[in-house]
Amino acid sequence: MSDKSKNGYLDMELLRFTTAGSVDDGKSTLIGRMLYDSKSIFEDQYEAIREASEKRGEEYVNLALLTDGLRAEREQGITIDVAYRYFATPLRKFIIADTPGHIQYTRNMVTGASTANLAIILIDARKGVIEQTKRHAFIASLLKIPHLIICVNKMDLVNFDQEVYDNIKKDFKLFASKLDIQDMQFIPISALLGDNVVDKSENMNWYEGSTLMYLLETIHIGSDLNLVDCRFPVQYVIRPQSTEFHDYRGYAGRIAGGVFKPGDKVMVLPSGFTTKIKAIDTFEGEISEAFPPMSVTIRLEDEIDISRGDMIVREGNVPTVGQDIELMICWMNERPLQVNGKYAIKHTTKDARCIVKEIKYKVDINNLHRIEDDKSIGLNDIARISIRTTQPFFYDKYKTNRTTGSVILIDEGTNETVGAGMII
Amino acid sequence: MYSYNLTHLSELEAESIFIIREVVAQFEKPVLLFSGGKDSIVMAHMARKAFYPAKLPFPLMHIDTGHNFIETLDYRDEFVEEIGAKLIVALVQDSIDKGRAVEEKGASASRNVLQTVTLLDAIEEGKFDVAMGGARRDEEKARAKERFFSHRDEFGQWDPKNQRPELWNLFNGKKKIGEHFRVFPLSNWTEMDVWQYILKEKIPMPSLYFSHDRECFERDGMLLAKTPVIPLKDGEKCEMMHVRFRTIGDLTCTGASLSSANSVEDIIEEVAASRVTERGGRADDKRSEAAMEDRKKQGYF
Repeated sequence: MSDKSKNGYLDMELLRFTTAGSVDDGKSTLIGRMLYDSKSIFEDQYEAIREASEKRGEEYVNLALLTDGLRAEREQGITIDVAYRYFATPLRKFIIADTPGHIQYTRNMVTGASTANLAIILIDARKGVIEQTKRHAFIASLLKIPHLIICVNKMDLVNFDQEVYDNIKKDFKLFASKLDIQDMQFIPISALLGDNVVDKSENMNWYEGSTLMYLLETIHIGSDLNLVDCRFPVQYVIRPQSTEFHDYRGYAGRIAGGVFKPGDKVMVLPSGFTTKIKAIDTFEGEISEAFPPMSVTIRLEDEIDISRGDMIVREGNVPTVGQDIELMICWMNERPLQVNGKYAIKHTTKDARCIVKEIKYKVDINNLHRIEDDKSIGLNDIARISIRTTQPFFYDKYKTNRTTGSVILIDEGTNETVGAGMII
Repeated sequence: MYSYNLTHLSELEAESIFIIREVVAQFEKPVLLFSGGKDSIVMAHMARKAFYPAKLPFPLMHIDTGHNFIETLDYRDEFVEEIGAKLIVALVQDSIDKGRAVEEKGASASRNVLQTVTLLDAIEEGKFDVAMGGARRDEEKARAKERFFSHRDEFGQWDPKNQRPELWNLFNGKKKIGEHFRVFPLSNWTEMDVWQYILKEKIPMPSLYFSHDRECFERDGMLLAKTPVIPLKDGEKCEMMHVRFRTIGDLTCTGASLSSANSVEDIIEEVAASRVTERGGRADDKRSEAAMEDRKKQGYF
C-alpha cells in the first residue's frame, strides 16, 4: 500500500476537462484508454459493453458504448448529449465532459466547455487541421477555457513522422493566432497503441515533451480563477431565528472572484452602502479568508437590507453596473432568437427579464468571418447581440471572470434554456 | 507562495452546498430524499452545513418499502435526531393497501419498482415542488447524462432527449404548475469521493457497510441476505458468511459482498482495488440493459 492510499487520497486536486471530436478522430479510444489505464472501467462495465458490441456485430469492443448511456443513442449509434465521466489518479480527480462530434455539436460543446479548465482537441495526423478542428479551437477560445492540449492522433498511421507533426503544429498555430488562447500545448500520440498517452512513446524519440496523462496531472490550474476582483453574489440569507442565534444574519453564497477577509471594507450593490466584513462563517467555524470557488457565509458589521441577487464587492474595485449589455450568444433552441423578443435572464444569483435590442452580426464558426447580411439566429448559431435588462446587473467581462460574465436566456413560454451568453 | 487551491473534496463540497442552497432559493417547497444509504447521508450532512447555524429549511423523506434492514432504520432515526431534522416516512405498503400499486409475485419479487408510485404520490401529497436525491452520474450510464436540475412533467416523467442545457453555475429551475424537479447535488461525486469525504468528515455510518457475519445465499451470481421476505428457491441454501454491503437499498435486491473491511480506511482501500461497480450488486439494474433509464422515465429516483 502506498503512502497515498494510507491517507485515503484526501489531498488530490480536481481538474475538469472537455474532449471535442468525433469517433473518427479516435476520441472514444482515447477516453477509453485513459479510463482503462487508470482502472476506472470496471469488469462488469467492460463485460456489458463487450457483449453489446458483439451483439451489434462489431469487431472491437466499442468503448463509445460506455458513454452512450441512453437507449436511443445505442439504437442509433450516435451520441446525443454531453456525458460526464470520472477518473482519478493519485494526484488528481478528473471530470470529463464528453461532447458528441456531429449532432448539435455547438450547443453541446459550449455546455461542456462552460465548466472546463482544459480542452483536449484531437487532430487526425492523416487529415491535419480541418474545419472541425477550427470550430473546436474557436469555441474553446470563446468560452475562455484556460488550457488547450492539441493531440495529433494516429501518429502510427503516418509512420510516427516528425515532419507530419511539425506541419500540423505550424498550421494550427497560424490559425490560432487569430484567437485568444492563453495556454496551448501539442502532443503527438497514438490513442490506439498508447504512445504518449500514459507512457512515453518509444516510436517518437524526437518528441521531448510530456505525455498527455503527465500534463493532465501536473498542469498548473491554481491561477485559473480570478483572485483579484472581489465578487460575492448573495445566494441566500441565513436567519436562524433561534434563541441561541437570535440576531444572526449571514449572507450565504459562493465566492465568484477575489479573496475576502474579515475586516475588509466592502460595498453592497445595488444600494452602494459600505461596511466591513465581521466574519466569514462555515460549519467548522470562522475562517480567515475565502476565495473562489468556496461556499461560505459572510456576516457584516452593519445591518443593511440585503437579499438574493445583491452583490458584495471591495469598495475600490466595483464591477460594471448597467442595463445595456453586449453579449456573444450561442443559441441552443430550435425556435430562433427574436429581435425585440423578451426573455427571462439569469446572471449569478440574479433573476430578471431582458429584451433583445439588436443582432450585430453572426459568426461563421468555420473561418471566424462576420456575417452581417444574414441575421437569423437559429440552433447552434453564435452571434453578437445587445440586450437591455429590466434592472441593473453588476457584471464583469466574461474575459475577466467567467462567473460574473456569463448569463443564460430562458424562453418564458416553455421555460427552456435557449441561449448562453458571454458578456463582452 | 500561498496557494489558493482547494482539494478535490473541498471543491466538490462547495459545489454541492451551492446546489442545495440554490434549491432552497429557487423553489417553494423542497424535500430531501433520505434512504439511510451513504449518498443520502453525505447529502444531508452537507445540507446541514449549507444552512448552519439555521436548521434545515426542508424535511427529509424516506420512501420505505417495508423491506428494510433493521440497522438502517435505527441509523435513520438516530441521524435525524442528531441533525435536528423533520422526517417524513412514505410507506410502499400504504400504496399497496390503497390499490395504487400491485405487489410483484414470485421468488424474485421486489418492491423496488413500486417505490416510484409511492414517491410520486408522496411528492404530490406534500405539495413538494422539488426533491433532492443522492444519485451520482458515475453510478449508471443513464445517470451519466442527467442534469443537476432535472425537470419532471406533470406525470413525474423524465424526458432524457429533451433536457435543458446546463451551463456554468446557472441553474434553471423554472417550471409550470404541477411539474416538479429532481435535483442531484452529488452528480459529480464518485463512490470513492463519497468514502473519502466520510473519512475526512468523520461521519458515522450504518453498521451494514462494515464487515459482519450474516447468513446469506447465492442467486444469479449475487449474495443475498437471509430474510423472511425472500423465499428460497429449490437448491438455494443459506450459509454464514463474512460480508458487507456496498449499497444499502431494499432487502430483496441489495447484494452483499464478501469482505473483511472494518473501517472507512479499509473500505477506501477495497474500493480502490475493486474491479466491479457498486451497482454490479443490484438486482434491480440487471433486469435489462436500459433498466435504469426506463424506471427513471417513469419517475424513479
